[in-house]
Amino acid sequence: MRSVRTFMTAFRAIRRNIMRAVLTTLGIVIGVGAVIAMMEIGKGSSTAIQQSVASMGANNLLIFPGTASSAGVSFGSGSIMTLTPQDAEAILRDCPAVGTAAPIVRVRTQVIYGGRNWVPQTIYGTTPMYLDVRDWNTLAEGEPFTDRDVRNGSKVCLIGQTLVRQLFDEQSPLDKEIRINNVSFRVVGVLSRKGANMMGSDQDDIILAPWTAIKYRVSGSSAQSVNQSAAAKTDTSQQVNSLNNLYPSSGVQLYPAPSPTQAADTPLPVRFTNVDQIVAAARSTAQIPMAVEQITDLLRERHRIRAGQPDDFIIRDLTELTSALSGTSALMTKLLLCVALISLVVGGVGIMNIMLVSVTERTREIGLRMAVGARGSDILRQFLTEAVVLCLAGGALGILLGWGSSRLVTMLLRWPTESSPEAILAAVAVSFFVGVVFGFYPAWKASRLDPIEALRYE
Amino acid sequence: MQLIELKDVYKTYHLGEMDVPVLKGVSLEVARGELVALMGASGSGKSTLMNILGCLDRPTSGEYWLDDQLVSGLPRNELAHIRNQKIGFVFQSFNLLPRTSALENVMMPMTYNARGISDRESRRRAIALLERVGLGDRIHHHPSQLSGGQQQRVAIARALINQPPLLFADEPTGNLDSHTSEEVLKMFQRLNAEEGITIILVTHDAEVAEHAGRTIRIRDGLIESGAFAHEGSMAGAGGAI
Ligand SMILES: Nc1ncnc2c1ncn2[C@@H]1O[C@H](COP(=O)(O)OP(=O)(O)OP(=O)(O)O)[C@@H](O)[C@H]1O
Ligand SMILES: [Mg+2]
Repeated sequence: MRSVRTFMTAFRAIRRNIMRAVLTTLGIVIGVGAVIAMMEIGKGSSTAIQQSVASMGANNLLIFPGTASSAGVSFGSGSIMTLTPQDAEAILRDCPAVGTAAPIVRVRTQVIYGGRNWVPQTIYGTTPMYLDVRDWNTLAEGEPFTDRDVRNGSKVCLIGQTLVRQLFDEQSPLDKEIRINNVSFRVVGVLSRKGANMMGSDQDDIILAPWTAIKYRVSGSSAQSVNQSAAAKTDTSQQVNSLNNLYPSSGVQLYPAPSPTQAADTPLPVRFTNVDQIVAAARSTAQIPMAVEQITDLLRERHRIRAGQPDDFIIRDLTELTSALSGTSALMTKLLLCVALISLVVGGVGIMNIMLVSVTERTREIGLRMAVGARGSDILRQFLTEAVVLCLAGGALGILLGWGSSRLVTMLLRWPTESSPEAILAAVAVSFFVGVVFGFYPAWKASRLDPIEALRYE
Repeated sequence: MQLIELKDVYKTYHLGEMDVPVLKGVSLEVARGELVALMGASGSGKSTLMNILGCLDRPTSGEYWLDDQLVSGLPRNELAHIRNQKIGFVFQSFNLLPRTSALENVMMPMTYNARGISDRESRRRAIALLERVGLGDRIHHHPSQLSGGQQQRVAIARALINQPPLLFADEPTGNLDSHTSEEVLKMFQRLNAEEGITIILVTHDAEVAEHAGRTIRIRDGLIESGAFAHEGSMAGAGGAI
């Protein structure tokens, strides 16, 4: 009741000089408007930046097989084969911080179509989820291969733009057969252009195929002379195996035998399969450390590593990318905050100035109000309410202004913007705060007036 | 007991090192329902005395009993409450809020009324009062759209909104011509007679004082005559001759 009356009194007092009120709040209006607009535009562009950085692989986690060592001699990463496709499935299933995961089998070999040949930088045997991991779902043409293709070891593949240029002379490669190491694969889709990665290597120089097909049909049958790198790899692993005696050739089944259904699904003789690498993507940049922890725990359990023993795998994340990303957005937020503070302080000083003028101008009114029974606290409350109402009205106008201008920017410049409820809440809170802080001194001065002197004031 | 009892009140202002005694031992009484004029030359201390009587100021020494309550030692906030409940003021310069309608001006003191009176009720009261002072058709006019006499009548309505038993008017006709002065004074007389409101008129004009039932004369901070009802009526009669 009382607060409603105080509010109405403040409202009437402001209405008595509406033009001045508008000019007074202009500082707050512009300040809040600028903050809201910048927040919305900033948020929009930072989301856009985050998305594009995420498509560069900022959220990616690369899991490699561990290091074999014997008698103090270490053989380097990948020298033992410990990762299986089932590990990738388990990671996807049991690690909540991981959004996507795919196994990778690498080969490097010659690709032939018609009279042309090319050795792509990357030939990956993987699952369709690899496209999710790399945020590469929009194909230029065709459809990705499916999980069913992976189960069947189908000879299908997706090729990158560089291959289209090198092998097909810019003609549509869909449904054409290319030969990878003398095994023919049907092209079912063409990847969209991704360009070079941060290190400058061409990301479009790529073939993606079901890992089963690459593993069993290509690298299994690879002619040593053509597939030199694969051969070298095989050699190393065989060497290591024999040195370490990790996988004895006779008898011991490390992994359970497949069920009849699985056996039927997989037309190839099942043996112990390993993959060269697993790629996974955390659900967000912030969840990367959690994802690393979860994957570590899971793989240690799956690989039956006792506490105190070293991991038989290595997880890498792209810390450089992610820290650059978070650094940028933190800097942006700080800058916005500075601008916000400066403009709001300027606005607040304007409010204080006009409230002081108003108190002087209305000294007689204050005296009169005291004569009819207003206490000092009533006067204080009235002027404080007036300042706060002014600031809140300015804040509301500012929110509208900022919102409108960010809409305008979206419409005219096609910049991405994103409405930010926190910024609006903060703007309301801050205008209230500014009103209280800068309105307090004038209100306090008013409340300290002596009624007789105030009434006599000319 | 009387409505107002002032016992040996002193008021001294301090200007730096110098003491300025304005009231030098004032004692007086005003009964309920009286219409009293407070007369004196300029600078004699009328306004100072009225400020003390109106609980706007506190005496340097002495006792002030208002409505059986000793108010001379009360803190600021208590005085504000008494002003709100028991006292109405009418000023020489009207003191209306600019760019605010007559109605809102009259309702203004209700803002500080602690007794919970609804907005509807205070609005109804304000309109009734404006009709009483003959401004029923001017309730939405701003002060700048009213004549001096009308403005003073709005001020009177404002002074009456909290139904105070006591009304102070400091030179209420000082800014009005003789005709309007007469009207306003008639209104005071009617309020006094019909409502039984105790009214104290501060003036240096003998003609204004004639409208009062009793005249208290003050000179140089001392009561000359009329401090108490019995002698006051004689002095008032003497003044009229
Ligand atoms: N705040 C003050 N400080 C110092 N002296 C004051 C103060 N207020 C009043 N006085 C002095 O007290 C004396 C009486 O003042 P007061 O206003 O009561 O006179 P008054 O009788 O109302 O005169 P007028 O008829 O001109 O209004 C004057 O001499 C004045 O200078
Ligand atoms: Mg005076």
